[in-house]
Amino acid sequence: MFRYTEYPPKGYRVRVSTYWWTSRWAYVKFILRELSSIFVAWFVLETLLQIHALIGGPAAYGDFWAFLRKPVVIALNVISLFFVLLHAVTWFNLAPKAIVFRLRGKRLPSLAIAAPNYVAWVVASVVVAWLVLRG
Amino acid sequence: MAKRSNEPFLWLLFSAGGVVAALLIPIQLFLFALAFPLGWLHAPSYDQALALARSPLGRVYLLILCILPLFHWAHRFRYTLYDGLQIKHLNELVNTLCYGGATVGAIAAAYLIWRIP
Repeated sequence: MFRYTEYPPKGYRVRVSTYWWTSRWAYVKFILRELSSIFVAWFVLETLLQIHALIGGPAAYGDFWAFLRKPVVIALNVISLFFVLLHAVTWFNLAPKAIVFRLRGKRLPSLAIAAPNYVAWVVASVVVAWLVLRG
Repeated sequence: MAKRSNEPFLWLLFSAGGVVAALLIPIQLFLFALAFPLGWLHAPSYDQALALARSPLGRVYLLILCILPLFHWAHRFRYTLYDGLQIKHLNELVNTLCYGGATVGAIAAAYLIWRIP
């Protein structure tokens, strides 16, 4: 009887190198996109530290800002911003690959399908910035 | 009898977390981790930050901002290890660490957000 397995059953298989993804730029981009999740998790951790500091009172909150001003943390956050932007752009650009719209028999261009995502992104960013910065 | 897979549920969390991460994390990270620490923009004071975080809408926002992206991370990182490192023999351990880590993180987030004075 056949049983469902998440990977092929044992048998002859060619061993693929751990670095298989270095052979092509498209594969490197794929791995970079997948690695963005680490920086998403780092952002959540940073936010939880901030909430913890907020609970701790003004002195603890001041210490948290001193931590964020450390050059190592700034450098890590610059890299994080690069990766979360990569995630955002690749995520928004997925929509046209999943949805095919036809208008008068012609396929709607990818840009027209991805555009609403970018509009939502700008609106969300402006609302968050306004709420935080209005003072 | 095929075992019912919980993959669709995990994928749904991954997907919802991906949307939240794409829409909100870039601006959040830019403001709080770069613009404010580097002095490009004026950071809200302790009282202003507390007022934002403790409002009902603020708490719901923080919950969504923390919990969904954690499950996004768990699912994607699991498959990064699966495809990238090909450590299929450690599948169970990897799954436990990823989804377990996200669950612990989600509980910690809910607890902290609940404790905001």
